[in-house]
Amino acid sequence: MEIRNWIFALILCHAALVLTSCAVELARSPPTERISGSAGDVLEDDPVGRLKVFVYELPSKYNKKILQKDQRCLNHMFAAEIYMHRFLLSSPVRTLNPAEADWFYTPVYTTCDLTPNGLPLPFKSPRMMRSAIQLISSNWPYWNRTEGADHFFVVPHDFGACFHYQEEKAIERGILTMLRRATLVQTFGQRNHVCLKEGSITVPPYAPPQKMQSHLIPERTPRAIFVYFRGLFYDVGNDPEGGYYARGARAAVWENFKDNPLFDISTEHPTTYYEDMQRAVFCLCPLGWAPWSPRLVEAVVFGCIPVIIADDIVLPFADAIPWEEIGVFVDEKDVPNLDTILTSIPPEIILRKQRLLANPSMKQAMLFPQPAQPGDAFHQVLNGLARKLPHDKSIYLAPGEKVLNWTAGPLGDLKPW
Amino acid sequence: MMKLSALQQSYLNRRPGSFRGAAPLDSSADGAIKSPAAVFWLVLHGLCCLISLVLGFRFSRLVFFFIFSTSVTTNTNHFMAPFRQLATTTASDVAFNLPSNPASGGGVGDAALNRTRVVVGRHGIRIRPWPHPDPIEVMKAHQIIERVQMEQRNQFGVKNPRTVIAVTPTYVRTFQTLHLTGVVHSLMLVPYDVVWIVVEAGGVTNETAAIISKSGVKTIHIGVDEKMPNTWEGRHKLEAKMRLRALRVVRDKKLEGIVMFADDSNMHSIELFDEIQSVNWFGAVSIGILAHSGGAEELSSFATVEKEVEEKEKKQAIPVQGPACNESSKLAGWHTFDPQPYEGNNAIFIDDRATVLPMKLEWAGFVLNSRLLWKDNEDKPHWVRDLDSVVDGDDIESPLSLLKDSSMVEPLGSCGKQVLLWWLRVEARTDSKFPAGWIIDPPLEITVPSKRTPWPDAPPELPSDNEKAVNNMEESQPIVKHTKTRSSRSKRRSKRKHEPKTVVDTKEQSEQN
Repeated sequence: MEIRNWIFALILCHAALVLTSCAVELARSPPTERISGSAGDVLEDDPVGRLKVFVYELPSKYNKKILQKDQRCLNHMFAAEIYMHRFLLSSPVRTLNPAEADWFYTPVYTTCDLTPNGLPLPFKSPRMMRSAIQLISSNWPYWNRTEGADHFFVVPHDFGACFHYQEEKAIERGILTMLRRATLVQTFGQRNHVCLKEGSITVPPYAPPQKMQSHLIPERTPRAIFVYFRGLFYDVGNDPEGGYYARGARAAVWENFKDNPLFDISTEHPTTYYEDMQRAVFCLCPLGWAPWSPRLVEAVVFGCIPVIIADDIVLPFADAIPWEEIGVFVDEKDVPNLDTILTSIPPEIILRKQRLLANPSMKQAMLFPQPAQPGDAFHQVLNGLARKLPHDKSIYLAPGEKVLNWTAGPLGDLKPW
Repeated sequence: MMKLSALQQSYLNRRPGSFRGAAPLDSSADGAIKSPAAVFWLVLHGLCCLISLVLGFRFSRLVFFFIFSTSVTTNTNHFMAPFRQLATTTASDVAFNLPSNPASGGGVGDAALNRTRVVVGRHGIRIRPWPHPDPIEVMKAHQIIERVQMEQRNQFGVKNPRTVIAVTPTYVRTFQTLHLTGVVHSLMLVPYDVVWIVVEAGGVTNETAAIISKSGVKTIHIGVDEKMPNTWEGRHKLEAKMRLRALRVVRDKKLEGIVMFADDSNMHSIELFDEIQSVNWFGAVSIGILAHSGGAEELSSFATVEKEVEEKEKKQAIPVQGPACNESSKLAGWHTFDPQPYEGNNAIFIDDRATVLPMKLEWAGFVLNSRLLWKDNEDKPHWVRDLDSVVDGDDIESPLSLLKDSSMVEPLGSCGKQVLLWWLRVEARTDSKFPAGWIIDPPLEITVPSKRTPWPDAPPELPSDNEKAVNNMEESQPIVKHTKTRSSRSKRRSKRKHEPKTVVDTKEQSEQN
């Protein structure tokens, strides 16, 4: 009896030791919180096996040749369209048999016509898109089957598929007629706006993951800057009168807080930009000419709470990421009270937001790494597409039935490309 | 995302007239010029340009808006309503508030505009009535930052931080307040518990006690009866004795923590306190030596060219004292201070105007675990001498003499590559007088205007009496000049070379007057 008791005690001690050592190990890693979005913990879903994507083989004048003409397209914030193509070509969700595909992808790089400064010109993009769609509709039967309702396109430009950088003109054009039934993967998102259609997937703009990783500083560096922002407040070149750029919000930030020691804001381009963001508690992400900005991605990667100043903006993967709990939303009309708003947030909530930002799946979801990693933005896009399955039977049209008007739109769009 | 100004200009060139204007203007510059409609539009266009010139661009837009508003649908009119009653920074000629631009209401996209509340076009820039920081909010922000940093320290900083036991030898002299306040502020910023042992030469005084009490940390104030000698060598020896006295207090009271030596005129970085938390028994850090305390006169005395070149070479490398490591990051030796370049030029007496040299290895560069000093401590490593075996008469040059084996010292600060504190010795003349507690009470009655006032047209006149100022202009000035003379007077005592010139100048000026 005594021996048995001793053996039992030994086993108990051993178990206790193992458990405590595990607990100690877990406690050592910095505490993060799981992100439970409106759709549950969907950031960590694996899309493989849930959908099949067929990639159309377009002649290289739509993709490779354009890239060869200008290699800068791989580094600017619209590079997502190129990397998405490359990811899909080698992804396990790709299928070579279009009969079993759920979604169809057309690789056309519409945002790669760059000025010497590096800004994309959207004037040829509608024609390019139109020409690509004509090609796929004549060579494969799948477009005509649904008039594009089970196709998706990546349109990362300023106002998405409206294909213009100026908001008034973009609204005037509206979404390209031929894309009106397709799913659009775009960076632009604003509620009740012409250029955001129902069912679009909003993605973050491309930010170079290697460059950001190489500027990481030790996490124990104390965060001593309260609010940080670097960028333009007035766009003198395009908006000399003021009041158009950013709907006056950035100018309001400058005029109200330029002498406030808590606000480290300026138009300089410091080499320590990424390091400074890691030493700040709040990072401003105001709208510019369009509401989205790569600053959001940078803020999330560097653990700085994003302060989003853009009315009615739709943020990336809004159905999977609970942005209200992670960032601070400030109406444009409340910008003069920004300091009061930020200082009245209770410290517990600020610490909670930082814990949510520290979650590695959150940071991963904002990035487009090469090669692709689980949980990154590519996978979130596929998750979004998978959530839209199965397709509603009503999208399938009778043979010969046409819903879209192929000749609608400005005359310039109808010219061949 | 950025607009293209060049592109816009080319666009404008293609479309004569402003693109934001009413639609009819844009149409037909390239049409047939001969047709009456084209002539009519040209005439109208010219008229518009003239009106713009006369009334200004904004006003003329408004005139057109009102003229053409009947042709625009009521839907878009409804959206022109949000009148933003705000001040704009852009100084427009027209001084009234502007409605949102009717550009978005070309008639297209009415249905979409109906749904959104965000209007495209020109917005006012909102500025609140007093756009300056509010001190209460600034304090709240600092509290938030402090809380965030505390959380960062809990997560990523030192686990189980130990108390810092700072040992400071001091004595009452002119610059004591200056130096000791520096140490007070450094210790107040340390995020760990601090016990401050202040050893004073010449016995405990109220002056020192007053300075120390402002620190808010736990202090132990001890007096040593011997007075501080006038030579640097004597001072080094007495300071070593005082430090040993403090170490005995640590042993007797069985204080727990990490002992570091915070000399009162040194400058400590906060990273130093973070780094010493990682010491096991005995550690060493690198000190930067700021040995040039002579000032301008010393530099000018090196008039010859050869010596200037030497000076430049010397000046480029700041001497650093501390542990030296080999490739495998193990302690290999010591970087000590080489007094050779300063030979014959160093200060002997405390108020000499020459370079003050440190010892080979300063006490400040070493930290030790307080348990090293405890009596009857079995954990103590065998390579440590007992504190009692160190007799007062011994020549204790550096704390390495407390160890039997100095190779067991741990190099801190990435093996001595980080300089975490700076050594400096600046002292005033021994016979210099300074006001008690550095407060002049009651204020002095005579004020002499200083030569360098920031007001360019301040007349350098001597007011006869403080209270009865004859000239109205001078009433405001004496109060301010009060402080200026104060500083020039007290600085007379220092070693700074340019200050005496101001005093001389003011004296001359007052003589002129």
